[in-house]
Amino acid sequence: MKLKGFLNKDGTKSVFSTLISIIIGLIAGVIVIIIVGLADKNISSRDIGNGINLVLFGIFNFTSTNIGDMLFRAVPIIMTGLSVSLAYKTGLFNIGASGQYLAGTTATLFIALCIPTTVVPAWLVWTLAFLGGILAGALWGAIPGMLKAFLNINEVLACIMTNWLAAKMVTWVFSLSNLQRNEYGMTSLIWKTEHNGVMTSRMGLDKLFPGSQQVNGGIIIAIIIAVIIYIILSKTTLGYELKACGSNRHAARYAGIKDKRNIVLSMALAGALAGAGAALYWLSGTTDFKWDTAYQSLPGEGFTGIAVALLGACNPIANIFTGMFMSSLSVIGTKLGNVTNYNEHITSVIIAVIVYLSAFSLLIKRWLTNWFKKSEEKQLNKKAAPPKPKGKDKENALPEELKTGKEGAE
Amino acid sequence: MEQQTVQNAPYVIEMLHITKEFPGIKANDDITLQLKKGEIHALLGENGAGKSTLMSVLFGLYQPEKGEIRKNGQVVHIKDPNDATALNIGMVHQHFKLIEVFTVLDNIILGAEDTKLGFIQKKEARKKVAALSEKYGLSIDMDAKVEDITVGMQQRVEILKMLYRDNDILIFDEPTAVLTPQEIAELMQIMRNLKAEGKSILFISHKLNEIMEVSDRVTVLRKGKYVGTVETKDTDKAELSRMMVGRPVQLVVDKGEADPGDAVLKIENLTVPSKLHKNNAVKNVSLTVHAGEILCIAGIDGNGQTEFVHALTGLEKATSGKITLCGHDISRASILRRSQTGMSHIPEDRHKHGLVLDFTLEQNMVLQRYKEQRFQKLGFIKFAEIRKYTEDLIKKFDVRSGQGPVTKARSMSGGNQQKAIVARELDRDMPLIVAVQPTRGLDVGAIEFIHSQLVKERDEGKAVLLVSLELEEVMNLSDRILVMYEGEIVGELDPKATTAEELGLYMAGAKRQDKGVTA
Repeated sequence: MKLKGFLNKDGTKSVFSTLISIIIGLIAGVIVIIIVGLADKNISSRDIGNGINLVLFGIFNFTSTNIGDMLFRAVPIIMTGLSVSLAYKTGLFNIGASGQYLAGTTATLFIALCIPTTVVPAWLVWTLAFLGGILAGALWGAIPGMLKAFLNINEVLACIMTNWLAAKMVTWVFSLSNLQRNEYGMTSLIWKTEHNGVMTSRMGLDKLFPGSQQVNGGIIIAIIIAVIIYIILSKTTLGYELKACGSNRHAARYAGIKDKRNIVLSMALAGALAGAGAALYWLSGTTDFKWDTAYQSLPGEGFTGIAVALLGACNPIANIFTGMFMSSLSVIGTKLGNVTNYNEHITSVIIAVIVYLSAFSLLIKRWLTNWFKKSEEKQLNKKAAPPKPKGKDKENALPEELKTGKEGAE
Repeated sequence: MEQQTVQNAPYVIEMLHITKEFPGIKANDDITLQLKKGEIHALLGENGAGKSTLMSVLFGLYQPEKGEIRKNGQVVHIKDPNDATALNIGMVHQHFKLIEVFTVLDNIILGAEDTKLGFIQKKEARKKVAALSEKYGLSIDMDAKVEDITVGMQQRVEILKMLYRDNDILIFDEPTAVLTPQEIAELMQIMRNLKAEGKSILFISHKLNEIMEVSDRVTVLRKGKYVGTVETKDTDKAELSRMMVGRPVQLVVDKGEADPGDAVLKIENLTVPSKLHKNNAVKNVSLTVHAGEILCIAGIDGNGQTEFVHALTGLEKATSGKITLCGHDISRASILRRSQTGMSHIPEDRHKHGLVLDFTLEQNMVLQRYKEQRFQKLGFIKFAEIRKYTEDLIKKFDVRSGQGPVTKARSMSGGNQQKAIVARELDRDMPLIVAVQPTRGLDVGAIEFIHSQLVKERDEGKAVLLVSLELEEVMNLSDRILVMYEGEIVGELDPKATTAEELGLYMAGAKRQDKGVTA
C-alpha cells in the first residue's frame, strides 16, 4: 500500500514520464544508429555495435574525465533550463534564453578581457564579469517582459526578436573590438578569459575528476543557484506572487498584486539566469568564443534549456539532473565521434527526439495515471488510498475519465 | 388526461443502484432514477450533489462501479457517448459544445453528416433541420455563425443537434443558468412541445421555480445519495428545498431593522469610460454607504455596474470623481491600498478574479494577506500558519472540498468556491464589503448561507454594497436600493415601500426619479 501511494504521487509520475521520454529517445537514437550504420559503407558492423552500446550504456561507463566534462557542459544548460522554468512558472514562455545568453556572453567577455588583472585583482574581475553577465541577461530579458506587461505583445514573438538582435549585436560589438585573436587563420575568434588570467576556481573538482581539462566550480555555483530558485519559487512571498500572476493574472491583480511589475521581474530574472549561464561558461577560461560575421547564429544552449526545463517539469531541482543528462548525451556524442566512424552529431538526433517527447511528457503522465488506476481496479475491495479531487471540471477531466471508463468496462 | 397517460407510461430509462466513486468521494451512492416515456423528469440537488455525475454515467462519460442501466427494460452498457447516441440519448451540456466559427447548420450536422462520394449533402440536412425547427418551435438562423448568435439560440442549436440525431431521451444539464428570463420562458415552452411529441426529458436544475413550472416528477439527490422521487403536483418549493438541503430552508432572508451609522464609503461624481462603446459606462454617479446598512445597486446586466465596481475597487481607472473610504481619499490609490484602507471585494466573476483555480484552497485563502506578518517572515511563507488559518475558515464557513486545505480550487464545486471567496473576504474584517452578484449560479442552501452572512456583517456594523441582478435578492436583502440604468442612478427606493414591479420599471428604464438623486 505504501509503495502504491508512492507510485501514485504526482511527483513520482512526473519522474516516470520523464524517464519514459528519455528511454524512447534513446531507443530512437539506437534506430538511427542502425540505419545510418547500414547505409554508410565506412561504418563497420563492429562500429554499429559500439554505437548502440555507447548510446544505451555509455552513461554507465563514464570515466572521471567524462564526468568532469559532462559537469562542465551541464552548467550553461542547467542555467538556461532554470531560466525557462522560472518564466514558465510565471506563465511566460521564455524562448529568448539564447539572446539573453548572448547578451551575457558579450558583457562577461568584455569585462573579463578589458579590465587588466595587473591593476585589479583577478577574483574581482571575475566577480565583475559574472555580475555583468547577469545584468546584461536581465536587461535582455526585461525587454520582452516590458513589451508583454505594458503593450501586451506576446513574449514569444518579442523573444524571437531580441534573440536575433542579440546575435547581430554580438557580431557588431566584437568586430569593432580589439579582443580578436588571429589563430589558425580564423578571424572571428575571441581570446579566452584565461588570456587575462581570469578563470573560475576549480574548487578541487579537478582532483575529484582527474583528467578533465574543463571541470570547474561553475557546476557548484549552478547547483546553488538552482536551489535558491527552488526556494524562491516554493517558499517565499515573491514566488507566491510570481506563480499567482502566472496562473491567473486577473485574480492576482484583483488581490492587489502588481501583475505588470511581476511579469517584467520574472522575465528579468529569467534573463539573469541565462546570462549567468553564459558568464559561468566563458569564465571557465578554457573555451573559445567564435562567431561568424557572414551569418549569425543563436547559441544552442538557449533551446536546449527549453528541453532541460520541460523534461524536468519546470522544477528547478529536477533541472540540475536533466541538465546533466543532456550534457551526458553531448559527451557521448564526442565519444561516438572518437571511437567509431559515426558523426558525433548523431546524439543531436537523440536530443531532438527527447525534446519532442518532453513536450509529450504530460501525455505520458496521463497514461501512467490510467495505468495505475487500472491496476488499482484489479485490487477489488480495496479503496483508493490516495485522495484525488473529483473531476468537477468536466472539460479537464473528460479525456482521462473516458479512457479509464473504457478500461474499467473491459 | 395527459397526466394520466404519463403516469401509466412505461419506463424508458432506468438507472438502478448506480454507484460511482472518485478517489476520496462517493459522487453517486446507490442512486436509482427511472424516467417514464413522455415525461419531464427533474433532477434536483445542490451543487456537488452528484447530478452531473449521474448524467455523465447515463451519457457514457463515466462508468459506474455498481448498478445497471436499462432502456425499455433491457440492460444496456453505455461505454462512451457514441453508445449513448446509438441508444438515442442526447445531452445538452451546461457549457455548449459548439464550434464558434462554424455555421449553425454545420454545427447541427457535425458528426452525423450524410455524404455522397465524400461530399456533404447539405440540402437534405437543411430540409430536415428546417422541418424539426418548425415542428418544435425552435427558431434559428441556419447560416449564421455560432459566435454571432445569442446564447438562447445557441441552446436551440444544441437541442436541434439532439433532434437531428433522432434522440428521444433528452438530457438538459442546468439549461437555464445562462439564459435571460424571456429565454427561460421560451425554453420551458420548447420543453413542453418536446414532451407533447413523446420525447422524454431529464432536466437537471437547482432552480425550484422552473422545476415546479415544467416538470412532472422530481428526483432529489443530496451529497451523492438518493433522497426520493416525488410527483411535482403533490409537492411544493418548501418541501423540495428541504429534501435537497436536508433541513428546512429559509427562502426569505430573516433580518431585523437596519441601524445605519456613519458614512463609510462616499462616492462623488464618479465617471468611468466604457470599453465597449464611446459613451461613458458610468455617468456621474454619487452615493454614500453607511455602516450597518446593505445598500443594493439593482439593474439589468450591462448597465454600468461592472465598470462601477471596477472603478471603485481600482481594477479600472475612472475619468473623474472622488472616492472617500473611511475618511481617506482613495480616488487614485492602487488596488492594494484601497483594499488595505478597508475594502473587501467579493468579485462578480469568481473564476476570473476571485480565485487562482490552479492554486490550492489554502493558497487562495491568503491571496491578499500573504504579506501580513502573520503569514510570512522575512519573505518566507509560514505554511503551517496558512494551513491553520484555512482550516479555521473551512470550519467557520463550512467550505466543503475533497482534500481540505490542499484541494485545488478548480476541483471544488461552484458553491464551495464561492463560499471560499466569501469566507476569505468577510474574514478580512473590513468596514466596507463590496459584494457583486454573490449568489450567482448557487443553490438555495448556499444562497441562504451567503445572505445570512451578509446580514450578520451588517448587524456587526459593516457597510455592505451589494450589486445584484436578481430582483428577489434585491428585494429580500437590501435596506436601500439604488437603480442603475445606462450608467446612471435613476432612482432610490425603499424595499419596504416598493414592489418588485415598480423596481422592474426602474430597471428597464421606463421610470426614473428626476434630478437630485444623490443617495
